[in-house]
Amino acid sequence: MAPTASASVRRTLTLAKALNTGLLEAMKADPKTVIMGEDVGKLGGVFRITDGLQELFGEERVIDTPLAESAIVGTAIGLAMRGFRPVCEIQFDGFVYPAFDQIVSQLAKLHYRSGGRIRLPVTIRIPYGGGIGAVEHHSESPEAYFCHTAGLRVVTCSSPADAHLMIQQAVASDDPVIFLEPKRRYWEKGEVDTTPLADLPADLRTDLGTSRVVRSGQDATLVAYGPMVRTCLDAADVATEEDGRSLEVIDLRSLSPLDLDPVVESTRRTGRLVAVHEAPSNVSLSSEIAARVTEQAFYHLESPVLRVTGFDTPYPPARLEDHYLPDVDRILDAVDRTFGY
Amino acid sequence: MTELVQLLTPDGRRTTSGSGPEAEYQAFVAEVTDDDLVGLLRDMTVVRRLDDEGTALQRQGELSLWASLRGQEAAQVGSGRALEPADMAFPSYREHGVAWCRGVDPLKLFGLFRGTSLGAWDPAEHGFALYAIVVGSQTLHATGYAMGVARDGGEGAVISYFGDGASSEGDVNEAFGWASVFGAPLVFFCQNNQWAISEPYRRQSRVPIYQRARGFGFPSVRVDGNDVLATLAVTRWALRQARSGAGPVLVEALTYRINPHTTADDPSRYRPADELSTWRRRDPIDRLRTHLRARGVLTDELEASIAAEADSTAADLRARCLALPDPPGDALFDHVQVEENNLVAAERAAFVSLRGALL
Repeated sequence: MAPTASASVRRTLTLAKALNTGLLEAMKADPKTVIMGEDVGKLGGVFRITDGLQELFGEERVIDTPLAESAIVGTAIGLAMRGFRPVCEIQFDGFVYPAFDQIVSQLAKLHYRSGGRIRLPVTIRIPYGGGIGAVEHHSESPEAYFCHTAGLRVVTCSSPADAHLMIQQAVASDDPVIFLEPKRRYWEKGEVDTTPLADLPADLRTDLGTSRVVRSGQDATLVAYGPMVRTCLDAADVATEEDGRSLEVIDLRSLSPLDLDPVVESTRRTGRLVAVHEAPSNVSLSSEIAARVTEQAFYHLESPVLRVTGFDTPYPPARLEDHYLPDVDRILDAVDRTFGY
Repeated sequence: MTELVQLLTPDGRRTTSGSGPEAEYQAFVAEVTDDDLVGLLRDMTVVRRLDDEGTALQRQGELSLWASLRGQEAAQVGSGRALEPADMAFPSYREHGVAWCRGVDPLKLFGLFRGTSLGAWDPAEHGFALYAIVVGSQTLHATGYAMGVARDGGEGAVISYFGDGASSEGDVNEAFGWASVFGAPLVFFCQNNQWAISEPYRRQSRVPIYQRARGFGFPSVRVDGNDVLATLAVTRWALRQARSGAGPVLVEALTYRINPHTTADDPSRYRPADELSTWRRRDPIDRLRTHLRARGVLTDELEASIAAEADSTAADLRARCLALPDPPGDALFDHVQVEENNLVAAERAAFVSLRGALL
């Protein structure tokens, strides 16, 4: 199929459809791009993120694979060594662990081990997080495992617009990218600029590593990513209405590397920072954020950096997940506590 | 009696049977000349000499570790010389003989074991991937690479080396399944050297490795891995099968790890001495040497020249190894990613600043 320049159009899409459209653009942009994973072809993926792509690009480029996650990543490495640009789908967060060696010891390290000779432009898409009432192993937040590994970029989108843009940026990256998709937000709609990546200004094409202020405020700062950005925005609404407090909300977007400059800048203004994620707190993204912001904004802090996270338990049965997941009340409780110091 | 392809008997006689398992493979070495055989002897002799140098340098504190290939020269040279330039090999970590056949400077292997690099050769230039120490992981890379060859219409085939220990790994079994269903042009080449550090093959499996291919739906063959001619023939056959689009092939080369697993190992704790003496009598180099001697091809003069070549290659390698400089300190930050990220950049800057201040 000859790549065709799509016109710049603003459309209202679900996050799932925005990913689907972004993947379509990525497939058109580079004929070496291949999609591989369990059920990604005929079915279009269990969440339909690859819906219709096999029909368009054929079975050689949208590959239904055997059920073997280590092999999905391991063969993607081999394909990348041969000049391909694989986009792997891991069906659910809890299924990524069989591929752990191939991700952290192979994919992440081959560029380094080879003195830069080997480039592995592999994207690993993982639907992650809870809130959909799923059975076990379908609701986890494994991001910290990957952020701890040098050589990987770890990113996550929180809106349809970012989903469309960031998946294209991830596929275009010459470094391996863990692309975390907030599955509970797949069906939320938003406005998307569907301009293909190649037609965007240069700074937009390459901003995969940047965080972004998604709501301005003066009294305290919330930092979150992926599914919790929406929750933080809801909390900020409630804080304005009920407490008269103006909360700034920052979407990290990139989890590794972290772009903390906007967080530090914001915290210096507000003096209060609350970090929010679904993953457990122990040795987590929020641990890192607290440590680094404390280093860089120590004299501006009115309170310690507080954290609102999943608990340090296994992910609970679905009927208990509302207790496990951070919500508006827990976030606002933490904000209140930052005013108590 | 289990099938075993052998073209040279342990006492150096060429098998000529028209009916045994070897009959099918004789044709693949029909064109091999006496000069070619001498070339194989030279390869094996040089490789063994370099291997001894690796062990010596480790003992002298110049390498942190060495994984000896002694005993496996025929399996590696026979298969390595079957490869064409366009082919791609995915080694484990003991394939120094294959590296030699692929034109990789042995200094780059030594650098790996000396700790000056994690893999200094260019896989694309040599058709020889980096060593894989997580055993079995490379069989999946080879499978993906072979799927790529099939997709981009390339001419080469792919060969993936692994050992009897790795055959128990999930990755190897996943690779078998994938290569089979995708029809990947791939030769799985298992050097069964009988020992995975201290564990004998019977701890890995109740059936011979080559028989597993049947369950995955592709052909396999077991070859005498101490017979360089048979290994060459069988690997050529397997590569042709792979190139023809027939899908993967599994070759099991029966051989033996004469030395410890690595210089850090002590086989006297687990390995019966009589087993070692049995396998010493099946030495791959002696076998070809006896054959060429008996036929008058290998003269004293020729043998001396091969030995001299091996010695000078080793001496040169030793000198270059001792001269290998440690990389500059901040090289540890190089090539973490294609685009250096802000975290590594900041750590590099702080490191350089502190080191500079301390100097």
